[in-house]
Formats: sequence, C-alpha cells, structure tokens
Amino acid sequence: MAQATLPPEVLDDAKARRYNADAAGLGRLRAGAFVAPALVLISLFLVFPALWVLYLSLSNYRLTGAAAAAPQSVGFDNFVKALTDPEFWSSTWLTFEFVLGSAVIGQVVLGFLIAWIMRDRTGPIKRIVEGLVILAWILPSAVVSFLWVALLDRDGGTLNTLLHAQDFAPLLDHPMLSIIVFNIWRGAAFSMMLYGAALGNVPPSHLESARLAGASGWQQLRDVVFPHIRGHVLTNLLLISLWTFNDFTPFLLTAGGPDGKTEVLSVHVYQVALQGGELGYGAAVSTVILLINLVVAVFYLRLLRSKK
Amino acid sequence: MSAIELRGLTKVYPGGVKALDSLDLTIPDGEFFALLGPSGCGKTTLLRTIAGLETATGGAVVIGGRDVTGVQPGGRDIAMVFQDYALFPHMDVTDNIAYPLRIKKVARSTREQKAAEVGARLGLDKLMDRRPGQLSGGQQQRVALARVMATQAQAFLFDEPLSNLDARLRLEARTFLKKLQHELGVTTVFVTHDQAEALAMADRMAVMESGHIRQIGTPAEVFQRPANTFVAGFIGSTPMNLLDGVVRGDTVEVADCKLAVPQSAEGLLRDGEKIVYGVRPEYNGYSAEPVDGSLVGKVSIVENLGASYLVTLDVNGVPVQAVVPEGHEPALGDEGYALPRRDRALIYRDGELVSA
Ligand SMILES: Nc1ncnc2c1ncn2[C@@H]1O[C@H](COP(=O)(O)OP(=O)(O)OP(=O)(O)O)[C@@H](O)[C@H]1O
Ligand SMILES: [Mg+2]
Repeated sequence: MAQATLPPEVLDDAKARRYNADAAGLGRLRAGAFVAPALVLISLFLVFPALWVLYLSLSNYRLTGAAAAAPQSVGFDNFVKALTDPEFWSSTWLTFEFVLGSAVIGQVVLGFLIAWIMRDRTGPIKRIVEGLVILAWILPSAVVSFLWVALLDRDGGTLNTLLHAQDFAPLLDHPMLSIIVFNIWRGAAFSMMLYGAALGNVPPSHLESARLAGASGWQQLRDVVFPHIRGHVLTNLLLISLWTFNDFTPFLLTAGGPDGKTEVLSVHVYQVALQGGELGYGAAVSTVILLINLVVAVFYLRLLRSKK
Repeated sequence: MSAIELRGLTKVYPGGVKALDSLDLTIPDGEFFALLGPSGCGKTTLLRTIAGLETATGGAVVIGGRDVTGVQPGGRDIAMVFQDYALFPHMDVTDNIAYPLRIKKVARSTREQKAAEVGARLGLDKLMDRRPGQLSGGQQQRVALARVMATQAQAFLFDEPLSNLDARLRLEARTFLKKLQHELGVTTVFVTHDQAEALAMADRMAVMESGHIRQIGTPAEVFQRPANTFVAGFIGSTPMNLLDGVVRGDTVEVADCKLAVPQSAEGLLRDGEKIVYGVRPEYNGYSAEPVDGSLVGKVSIVENLGASYLVTLDVNGVPVQAVVPEGHEPALGDEGYALPRRDRALIYRDGELVSA
C-alpha cells in the first residue's frame, strides 16, 4: 500500500516491475507468511502421506510382527509382486468394469437424460425429481449402503418382498451389477447438475434452427447440443472416473465378495494392507492406483485441450 | 413459394399473457411483408407461431394452401433467420449453409455444390472454409441468409435480421435483402421495430399493437393515411400532430384556431362533433407572417434534424410541431404560423380515420 501512494515518477523501472509482480504490495516475506498455514496443512496431510506411501511401498512393512518394528527395504519387490499377482489384475479389471459401467456409461447417460428431459420443465415435477436425485447424492454412505443392503437382502429384503420372490439375492448372484446400479443411483446427481448447467448454455435459437430444418431429437443432440457441451462432458468424465475409481463404498455393500467378485482396487488395497497386514505391499498397490489415476487424468486433459 | 394465411390466430402464453388476439392476415405468394410495432406487441410471437416454434392456442396457420397448425416446425417447409443468426460455431460456412440439406439427406456432393452456388451469389466464396467465429457480423448475416436460400423453402421468416449490424452496414444489407427477395420471389415475413426499415423494404406491412393488427397496407398508405391514431402516432420519424378539435360548420376549431376541413374528410363531418385533427410536421407549412386558417403560437423549441428543423409552437397551451427547411428556422419566442396542407391533413373520429 505504501508503494501505491508514491508519485509515479519515483517508481523507476525495476521498482515498477517488482510492484507488478507483487500486486498486494506485501513483500515476499509477509506474503509467504500468509500462504504458510495452507502449505503446512497440505504438506502435513497430503504431501507427507504420499511420500510416506512411496517409502512404504519399497519396504516390507507389516501391520504386526518383526517387520512392523524394523521394516527393511526390499527394493521393487512389492511392485513386481503386484504386477505378477493375478488377484491384482482381476481387481484392476473389476475396477475398470465398475468405472465404465457405473460412471462413464451409467452416471453420464442417466445424469444427462434427466437433465435433458427436465431442461424446459418448471414447477413441482422438476423440483421433486431433482430433489430425489440429489438426496441420493448427499446422504451419508453408511446410511445409503444400509438402505441398499436392506433393499437387496436375500432374507426379507424389500425387493424380495415386493417381487414375492424367494431367495432372490442380487448381492450374491449379480454382485458387480448390484454395485454398478448402486453407484449409478448414488452419483447421477452430479452429472445431472453439471449437464443441467451446460444445457443452459446451448442457445435456444440454435436448437430451433435445427428443428426448423427438420432435425430429429437425436440429430439436434448430435449437431447442436453435443458440440456445445463437449467440454462439460469431458470435465464430467474426468471427475467421475477418478471419483469412482477411488470409491470405497462398494465395500460397505459387498465387502469385496462374494469370492472377490467385487474386489475393486480400493477394496483390494484395504484387504491386503489392513486385513492381510501387508502394509508395504498395499502401499505399492496404492502407488500403482495413483499412477493409473494420473494416466486417466492426463488422457482427459489432453482431450479437453485438443478442443481448442 | 406460396401464400401464408392466418385465421383467427391466438396465442396465450402460460401465465396468461395474450400475445396474439384472434389475428387474421393473408400474405400473398411472393410478397415481402413487414411486421412493425412497438416492443412487446407480439411480432416475434407471430413469426414463431407461423414457424411452429410456438403452438397456437387457437386459430389456424395455412401455408401454400396446407393447414399446418398442428405440424412440427420441420414439416412446414419454411426457413427462418434468427436475430442472432444461429450459425453453428463448430461447422464451417459450407456445412452451415448445407445443414438443412444434410438433414433432408441430400447427397454430400450435391449439397456442397448447392452451398458453393448460394455462397458465391452472396459474395461468400472466399469464406467457405471459415467458422462463424472468424466472420464479421455482416458476413455472418449473409451466411444465415445463404442457409435459408439453400433450403428452397416455401416461405422465409426474418426476425430483426439487421438489428445486429451497424448503421451503415444496415443500409447496405437493407438494399441487398430487398433486391434478393425480389429476385427469388419467395414469400417473406420480416419483423422489425425500425419503421424506416419497414417503409423502405416492404411491399406491404402490418402495424401491430398488443396482439392486434391495427393497419395493413403498402408503406405509402400506412405513412400517408394512418388508419387510426395509434398508427398515426407510431409511424413517421417525427410523430404526427394529433390535436383535439371541434367541428364548426366548414371549419375545424383546434386550440382556438380555425382550420379548413381536410380534403379527405370533406362532407363527412357533423357540426359540433369532437374529433382529432392530425397533420404530420412535414406537411405543416411554417410561416413567420400571418396566414389565414393557420395555427398561431410562440416558438417554444427548435430542434435540428440535419437538413431541416423541427419547430414546436405553443398554440394556446397546445404544442404543435412543424418542419422548417434549414436557413428559415425561427428564433425562440418568435410568433409563428403553421398552415396544415389540406390534402395531407387527416381527421380521426373515436380514434379511427374519417374517410370516404
Ligand atoms: N415465453 C413467453 N412466456 C410468457 N410471455 C411471453 C413469452 N414470450 C413473450 N411473451 C410476452 O408476449 C408479448 C409479446 O412478445 P413478443 O416477443 O412477441 O414481442 P415483440 O413484438 O417481438 O417485441 P420486441 O420488439 O421487443 O422483440 C410480450 O408481452 C411478452 O412479454
Ligand atoms: Mg421480438
């Protein structure tokens, strides 16, 4: 502030440049002091654990026993073990199914459909539909998983009672399908809201112009709507792919079972590291997950940038 | 190419706004028809109802002898230019122009040839590979026109297509559009709130007020003989003088001045009846010397119109305007005399024109 009150001729070139680089006029030290608390928090809770995981992944650290007291470095053994372990690969494949089915296809399509159908609607119907969808999103995981277990349970589950069926056990017979449907239901709200906002950006005259030319609903989507919301679609895909990839809620429904049929990577890490006690190995798998996330993110960001 | 006929067309928006009130209108084949009116009078609504983008609440839309009231916009065989042109930003000029043909499943080579042909006609030949974002406003407007022309629709609808252009380009586009329409001979309905545009371009025009048509006619008819005081007050670069008066034998008494009865109302007035005397400032001859049968007053305002001046006289408390050529403008406070032209002045009874 003191510099701002100086007459302009006092500010020589170098000073002017510094003034521009330091818009708040605080000086390096004081500006640093303002940022420090945030940096400390980020380091403490993000950077340090990440580095700690990297360190653990190179050791034979265990939850209990001798290796817990004095872990030893084992080089890349954990990574080699993970990449040669068929369970790891089956978990990766299950995660892929889960992300593709529930996020990339399920949530995107359902969220978009609801947003598209509700786009020029007003009044109670729209509010009720949106309210219900958002409710599924904001309820705590523990609550919704309990609700779904109660719904799908073999013994006296709501679905069984409604269908008058005996022994219909979706969680046992179609475990992957169950958690996919669950996650679509759970997460469609975000996509719906994002597409709702995106559709508001499509100029009505463009849609009308297509309608006058005789374009069908699908042609309007392809020629007018999609080109306008392409960026939103990619952002949406990026976010929900990563969220779903790292989602742990399936564990609350199926605990990875039956028979590991729903043991997605996040559940797999939990099983090997905390149930099996192999923290070092779990850390290595986590690192691989991190790398996969990075690849996915870079892929979408590339696509987004290629738009321009 | 075909006539447009509207029968008792009514449009009530949800919420109860009656934007069109049982409106009847026939636009013959090949006519360039302008819709004019103040903001909110229902011009856009009328156009959109013809296009089918709004569903009519009542009445019928007939295009080329076919009742299309319940037909989807795409089935009406009409083309529309929107105020914002509605060009697709991700398609180049060729694809934009050819889009309606693509929807009609015309082969790629045919439609590209057609787009090139129409584009060349509108002077777009060097711009065919550009995207709309790389074009100026005037060029975008021509692309929108080209897209409409390429469809070979039965009728064209334009919603204020010139309002995004600057004043000069607007004049050019106006001339260009009129010429183009006459060459193509396609029935065209044109919405504008710029009366100069309507007067200059239209074969016939309608003046609307809150969902009703107040007058239909050629621009000359509407300008010279407004059918009612609404149109009289709306049309013209300077509004018409509408003065309350009383008939006294073969004169009309306006603001304590005696004026001759205009030619158009001769023999149609009853002694003693209350009327409105209308005369455009352009037809109100100003003189500094006393003249018989004129409006006498003190000059209260002098406004510069460029090549002429608009002089406002205070005639016993009633403002009366007259146009004075440059070089003859009076000074404020001068005594002035305004003599309406008898062949141009009009009489309105209960708001409607009195004429044989
Ligand atoms: N979607 C709508 N819902 C409710 N009322 C509407 C809607 N669109 C227009 N109106 C109302 O209908 C009337 C006519 O509107 P319209 O857009 O046809 O006017 P306009 O003559 O085109 O005006 P302008 O010259 O300002 O474009 C207005 O009173 C307007 O408020
Ligand atoms: Mg309008």
